[in-house]
Amino acid sequence: MFAADFEYYRAGSVTEAGDLLQKHSGAKLLAGGHSLIPLLKLRLAVPETVIDIGRIAELKGITVSDSTLRVGPLTTHAEIAVSADVRKHAHALAEAAGQIGDPAVRNRGTIGGNVAHADPASDLPTVLCALGASVGVQGPGGSRTIACTDFFQGVMTTALGENDLLTSIDVPVAGRGQGSAYAKFSHPASRYAVIGVAASVTLDGGRCSAAAVSVGGVVPAPVRAGSVEQALVGQVLSDEVIAAAAGAVGGDLGADEDLLGDIFASADYRRSVTPIWVRRALAVAAERAG
Amino acid sequence: MATRIFGSGIRRREDPRLLTGTATYTDDITLPDMLHAAMLRSPYAHATITRIDTGKAAAAPGVVAVYTSADIEGALQPVPCAWLLPDSDLKVAGYPCIAKDVVRYTGDIVAVVVAENRYQAADALDLIEVDYEPLPTVSDPESAAKSGAPQLHSDIPGNQAFHWVVSGGDADTAFENAEVVVKERIRQQRLIPNAMEPRAAVAQYNQATGELTLWNTTQNPHIVRFLNSVVTGVPEDKCRVIAPEVGGGFGSKIPVYPGDFLTVFCAKTIGRPVKWTETRSEGYTATTHGRDHIQDVELAGTRDGKITGLRCTVHAGMGAYLSTAAPGIPTILHGLMLSGCYAIPAIKEDVYGIYTNTVPVEAYRGAGRPEATFMIERLVDLFATEIGMDPVDVRRKNFIPRFENGHDTVTGLTYDSGDYPAALTKALDHVGYAGLRKDQANALENNRYVGIGITSYVEICGLGPSQVAGAIGFQGGLWESAIVRFHPTGKVHVFIGASPHGQGEETTFAQIVADEIGVDPNDVKIFHGDTDTTPMGWGTYGSRTTAVGGAALALTVRKIRDKAKVIAAHLLEAAVADMEYENGTFFVKGSADKSKTIQDVALMAHLAWNMPEGVEAGLEASTFYDPPNFVFPYGTHVAVVEVDIETGQVNLTRYVALDDCGPQINPTIVAGQVHGGVVQGIGQALLEEAVYDENAQLISGSMLDYALPRADGLPDIEVLSTVTPSPHNPIGVKGIGEAGTIASTVTVYNAVMDALRPLGVKQVDMPFTPERVWRAIQEAKGS
Repeated sequence: MFAADFEYYRAGSVTEAGDLLQKHSGAKLLAGGHSLIPLLKLRLAVPETVIDIGRIAELKGITVSDSTLRVGPLTTHAEIAVSADVRKHAHALAEAAGQIGDPAVRNRGTIGGNVAHADPASDLPTVLCALGASVGVQGPGGSRTIACTDFFQGVMTTALGENDLLTSIDVPVAGRGQGSAYAKFSHPASRYAVIGVAASVTLDGGRCSAAAVSVGGVVPAPVRAGSVEQALVGQVLSDEVIAAAAGAVGGDLGADEDLLGDIFASADYRRSVTPIWVRRALAVAAERAG
Repeated sequence: MATRIFGSGIRRREDPRLLTGTATYTDDITLPDMLHAAMLRSPYAHATITRIDTGKAAAAPGVVAVYTSADIEGALQPVPCAWLLPDSDLKVAGYPCIAKDVVRYTGDIVAVVVAENRYQAADALDLIEVDYEPLPTVSDPESAAKSGAPQLHSDIPGNQAFHWVVSGGDADTAFENAEVVVKERIRQQRLIPNAMEPRAAVAQYNQATGELTLWNTTQNPHIVRFLNSVVTGVPEDKCRVIAPEVGGGFGSKIPVYPGDFLTVFCAKTIGRPVKWTETRSEGYTATTHGRDHIQDVELAGTRDGKITGLRCTVHAGMGAYLSTAAPGIPTILHGLMLSGCYAIPAIKEDVYGIYTNTVPVEAYRGAGRPEATFMIERLVDLFATEIGMDPVDVRRKNFIPRFENGHDTVTGLTYDSGDYPAALTKALDHVGYAGLRKDQANALENNRYVGIGITSYVEICGLGPSQVAGAIGFQGGLWESAIVRFHPTGKVHVFIGASPHGQGEETTFAQIVADEIGVDPNDVKIFHGDTDTTPMGWGTYGSRTTAVGGAALALTVRKIRDKAKVIAAHLLEAAVADMEYENGTFFVKGSADKSKTIQDVALMAHLAWNMPEGVEAGLEASTFYDPPNFVFPYGTHVAVVEVDIETGQVNLTRYVALDDCGPQINPTIVAGQVHGGVVQGIGQALLEEAVYDENAQLISGSMLDYALPRADGLPDIEVLSTVTPSPHNPIGVKGIGEAGTIASTVTVYNAVMDALRPLGVKQVDMPFTPERVWRAIQEAKGS
């Protein structure tokens, strides 16, 4: 419960944060602190240097352009949960942010920290993958954009390099007839997702013209459920069609030995009930689309 | 007439300081020159220590001392067990403050570091080198009792701490002649108390005077002082124990712990104050746990619903050592209550207390009675199912009829008073039982699985009398004491031996004083939790503080009232026999204008200008109240649940608690106790479980894994009551601190099993995690 000694720097800008990262090899970035500080207290992380980026103004806030909802990485879960823009353009993101932890966590925790930490039981990575989001990254070699489906690579593993800094989370705004939803099987102790399913469907003339389903919690990193998506496109989304499509999710989850389980819910159980959560997410998304 | 203060739900006077963060807990105590201790705990559940090297730690920045087992040799005696259960072949294992040669659970202390600050102490822990040779482990009591199991203590064969039997009537014959027998295996899983405030101690020792002050988060500071004298050798007269604000205990702050005595040892040896506050992780791996029974129970009965006998065998996990009160919990507080609310003619129970490589088990809210209530109430439901009767009808058929002054059970207890049928009727009327059953049937037609659980419970609390304590091996008394002191202006100080720690008794005690002698409760200050300023008390546990301490207080105030009446009579030049008392005023019968208020009398008693012949100055009295019997609160709880059979998730949709704790001094506080108690019991049914792996490592050792109930997962708790005074208590009260927990676990359990009955599910271990429920459903479908 008592962190080991570390050096602390506070960065005033993205540039300064980049310089500090270059200078202090192995440094950890501190934003809302809700991933890093518990690790420090348990001494599971013992960095020599912590760089506090929590007050960099240019990394905060939510803006909407024609086609993109841009969320600054230092935006808190609470801000995202209540944002009218997020609710309008990326409903599932607001819905998921409002279910993270408890109010104290949501008031301090940030989307950037959440995404960079890439806990497999986290909610936001799953949603971002379903919504076709991408992240902006500033690194030593300049800036680049990474699709979320490429960004999350495994348990607490991302495409971020040693000295990279997240600068934005960009979500395409929902189009006409598009609805999204997040269904969460919450762990009663940690409130992390035992299973989290994000779904986005677009209805055109009563039929599904596009579908994206992403599953988290049960897998090391969010996976897109291609089999489910294919089974939906071109269909009228009746309860039966949704249930049948959801039933196909098992094939998208990967090898049994890679599935996650714990003393609360085994991998086998999670796999068995995942279709139910897929169905529930889809039902709400379809209703919102219609 | 003014509203009587006894029975008024006035606000808790404790709350402003608690809610605004201005209360002082042990960890808030900071003394000049204070050092900080940290404990190195064994990472192995069972191992031989082959080498310890503290050199690097001792040389680390800020480190003042590092102590191991060799350093406390002769200076600290083993931690005592203070409930020496008779007729049970009790074997108390040596419980050293620092493990010597062998560690027996993952919280066992191996070394102590004392440093200038907590970070330096934590840094130094990492520098202590210990070599362990792992030994085989066992964490469940039934396996530990089998031959060939790993042995924890070389002088205690079969890991058996005790074998205790309760027997009344002829149970074996009852089973031979039974028309119906139902059997059940029940796991009362191990629970972790999780008091909001972690355990903490601050010790200050004056090497010149030999005087010790110990701030300690405890439910019973006088017992700490008593046992501290045994372990550390600091005599009681030179030891002051202060329990400042205590942030919950639930039983885990009854026992004395190695860490507390080590803190004293460090302060005494170094000559500087030392603070030790456990980390939350230590709260999981080193503070006592609760429950941990494996129960095999069978009930004998007739086809028409009469219970004729109960037989059970319990394997109770005690942990690696016997905690202070541990042996009495699964025996006296459990086995004697097996009859529940029913007239059962024959009961027999064998309880085996077993050592395992786990955290010692202690009292946990309800302490033995939830486990007893669960047994009988679960078996009643199974019996009802077996014979095709409504579980309510089976309860009614077997209830002990209403009694006002004593009912003897076959286990040897005398319940004080009760009207169990009335409690059941009122609770069922409130929920509309027939309608609920109809709703349940309708839901099932729509493929929704709704269940109803009903529990009628009676529990034993208000622990006393002392004579019984002696007979059952409790190494202490069970009376309570109070000193009441009036000041010249009529303000009152109460010094009470009991040590409330969140139950609101600063408020209810003031209400008792106000009710007995007509002062404003705001004119009454309650002192508790400091052994230098309060008379001896035996602690707050077993829902005894209001029933026993409150009675001591009421009797004390009555003594003052009697003295005040004599003084008032003298001042009014009237005969004492002609005096009457009402609402704080003494007056001459028939002439209300000739009167003296209690404040008038207090002033005159202090001035002492004109005292009656032979009456001492001052207005003060004390009482040591030893109750003639326990008290037995009871009630009926009802739970309604709906199970999502696709995922196995349980949704508790309604909870009704009807409790009879006698006259309620403060109904708001009673409701608060019921709420908290009910929720803790729901936690056991639905969420909580201490899980040890095959190496006896605690793998549910943090709040990330160990699920506690939270407000957003609970329905409003509907609180009802009936009022049946205890015939032997001076103010009629019974206890209410644990009743909720005692009733709620099995109420929710029975509700879930009722919901699953149409699916053919027969048994599920607690807690009802979604996976367990889902698997039980899959298995039932498959069979």
